[in-house]
Amino acid sequence: MKRANIKALVGFNTARRRFFKGTAIAACILALSGAAPFGMLDAQAAVGKAEKTSLKFGFIKLTDMAPLAVAYEKGYFEDEGLSVTLEAQANWKVLLDRVVDGELDGAHMLAGQPIGATIGIGTKADIITPFSMDLNGNAITVSNAVWADLKKRLPMMKDGRPVHPIEPKYLKYVVDDYKKQGRAFKMGMVFPVSNHNYELRYWLAAGGMNPGYYDPANGDTSGTIKADVQLSVTPPPQMPSTMEAGTIDGYCVGEPWNQQAVFMGIGVPVTTDYDIQKNNPEKVFGVSKKWADKYPNTLIHVVKALIRAGYWLDEQNNKNRLAAVKMISSPDYVGADEKVLANSMTGTFEYEKGDKRPAPDYNVFFRYNATYPYYSDAVWFLTQMRRWGQIPVAKPDSWYIKIAKEVYRPDIYAIAAKELIAEGKMKASDFPDFATETGFKGRQGGFVDGIVFDGRKPNAYIDKFKIGLKGNEKPR
Amino acid sequence: MNMTTQTALPGWQRLMTLVLPRTGGESVFRMLFRGIAPPLLGIMVFLGLWQIGASHVHTSLGTLPGPAAVLKQAGNLYQEYRDDKAREAAFKARQKLRKADFLAQHPGQEYDAIRYTGQPTYLDQIFTSLYTVFVGFMLGTIIAVPLGIVCGLNKTIQAALNPLIQIFKPVSPLAWLPIVTLVVSALYVSPDPMFAKSFLISALTVTLCSMWPTLVNTALGVASIDKDLLNVAKVLRLSTRTKIMKIVIPSSLKLIFTGMRLSLGVAWMVLIAAEMLAQNPGLGKFVWDEFQNGSSQSLSRIMVAVFTIGFVGFLLDRIMHTLQQMASFGQGTE
Repeated sequence: MKRANIKALVGFNTARRRFFKGTAIAACILALSGAAPFGMLDAQAAVGKAEKTSLKFGFIKLTDMAPLAVAYEKGYFEDEGLSVTLEAQANWKVLLDRVVDGELDGAHMLAGQPIGATIGIGTKADIITPFSMDLNGNAITVSNAVWADLKKRLPMMKDGRPVHPIEPKYLKYVVDDYKKQGRAFKMGMVFPVSNHNYELRYWLAAGGMNPGYYDPANGDTSGTIKADVQLSVTPPPQMPSTMEAGTIDGYCVGEPWNQQAVFMGIGVPVTTDYDIQKNNPEKVFGVSKKWADKYPNTLIHVVKALIRAGYWLDEQNNKNRLAAVKMISSPDYVGADEKVLANSMTGTFEYEKGDKRPAPDYNVFFRYNATYPYYSDAVWFLTQMRRWGQIPVAKPDSWYIKIAKEVYRPDIYAIAAKELIAEGKMKASDFPDFATETGFKGRQGGFVDGIVFDGRKPNAYIDKFKIGLKGNEKPR
Repeated sequence: MNMTTQTALPGWQRLMTLVLPRTGGESVFRMLFRGIAPPLLGIMVFLGLWQIGASHVHTSLGTLPGPAAVLKQAGNLYQEYRDDKAREAAFKARQKLRKADFLAQHPGQEYDAIRYTGQPTYLDQIFTSLYTVFVGFMLGTIIAVPLGIVCGLNKTIQAALNPLIQIFKPVSPLAWLPIVTLVVSALYVSPDPMFAKSFLISALTVTLCSMWPTLVNTALGVASIDKDLLNVAKVLRLSTRTKIMKIVIPSSLKLIFTGMRLSLGVAWMVLIAAEMLAQNPGLGKFVWDEFQNGSSQSLSRIMVAVFTIGFVGFLLDRIMHTLQQMASFGQGTE
């Protein structure tokens, strides 16, 4: 009798096992076909396969190359079927030249570089950008000698620390002192069409100092005509050592080179670019137009990976930032010490040694639609290029908008974003409403001199500045 | 001891014959000691001075690294190489999973595998530098030796080319680099290039700077061949080709190799400078990137690179020296 019972039991168990096994298999098949964990999408994808899968991207050793590093290390490029090599470049000129002649498929670029290249400031080439890598991220640092002189004139708080943000008019006293002694006051920035150049000039002009004009029509590309402060180009990683050597008295550069100066004890940052212009565009991902036309699908896959990287960097109120710092402190990426990188990436900024202030939006990689390439940002750069004479003659408003639309490509961004939404990797609420987004931010405030910028009226904006070329003025 | 009985000696007695003084007055051990001890002593004194001196120099990145810090970084670089191998293995494992997943979803379709792209490790960079210098040096030799032979045999051509040689010889690689970059970018346009442009630029710069010692020494070697040998060639009415292959080259081989050895030394030095600016992924780029990193370990890592460069240069020189010995029919060089 026992045996019969056992047999019945066993029989029942076998049947139950078979039933569960079958259900489990069915569930697995459903799950696999639905989840698609490695992102190899099938016919429903609107974007085809990438035409070129072996890519090489260039970058400069700055904190904001992080989206590229993150996209590689977190496997986002792999998810898109791309085999990417990231290579550090010697300086911005070499980087741009290598993108133009095809050695690099794309690169981490200054937001003004695609614009400058397209209109022919420096090397002429058609470069486009479908992705903005970050906002903010720069600061202006001065040498210890200049700080000692400047500090005397600053209003102090009750605890003896200077009031921040430091207004540029105080630096004018120091510059005037230098002039009385017959010394030139020199500052460095990273590239003639860099955001750093325009921010530094904007800040100096807001303080009543003339940063100099360009006169390319007469062959003068030094940008020092009628200058109170002489600006010159230095690659970012060499800024601290150039200031230490006394060649320049200060500079405007991206992180980590301002905190590095504090760490090394050779300089003191006076202002971050967040205080010059709230949430200004900083770096973009640029490719040559020839390349983009030849490999349109590849570009969309690249932008998809970069969008995900940007999202991860700002996810849940910057919870991943320390992990990102660890990633980019590798000598293959930025290479600076972790503690130098950590400050700005995790929401603080150290001015004088020991004077740490909160700077929650020092680096913004995704918030406030940071990755969307707005036309109005391109127009702002163009207005500053005209203000300082890099564009030698006045142009109508329509020209500014036409160039902006050629160089900045939110249409490609929109395709990539919609792909990600369709794949379920991101939500529609993460992005601007593509149906109504015009690409122009509307009237922008938040500038250090209080002037309001309207992207659709560039010439009116140029005419508002006290220092700068207006209308059809020439530098001399 | 009788020569005939030596082979029959037991082992320990043979050992004793090594240690005991020979008729020359020196045992082998003593001779070895005399050969090794002074260089060893020199190295020890240098390391000691370095350790003491370095801790007294304060740069803005901390004190200069001493030998211990440099050794630690050398270990780090090897560890990074190992880590990269591990990452490659992990990547391949992931690719396998992706492929299986893809084929499960789309049976019958072809899966496009992507290859692993890690950053070049330190060992990769050393090999890249060696490969580039080899190509540049070979190119230089192929141009310089025939040209040198022609110059040596023909006084008119020698006089014609001499001013050009003297002017181009002292030009620094950093001055050639922009020109070479522009020329290569303009001429080497292909949709699917076999060589990276940075590699070509570095190799060509190496060629332009390093071919002059070979050229000058070859011309000198050919010009100083014994006149009797050339007369023999005339008497036997040898064809030019036979004359060059059988008489000219063998007689001037010693000086040709001297020139090549000098050229290789110059080539290795020039390569590091050229790589820094042309961004060829070798040791030069490593040094430049570390300088740009500005981390607290950068100086130590640069010093590891300095020693590596020196050591590799030394090895290359020894190889050329050995080749020179082989080619000199035992005439003995320094």
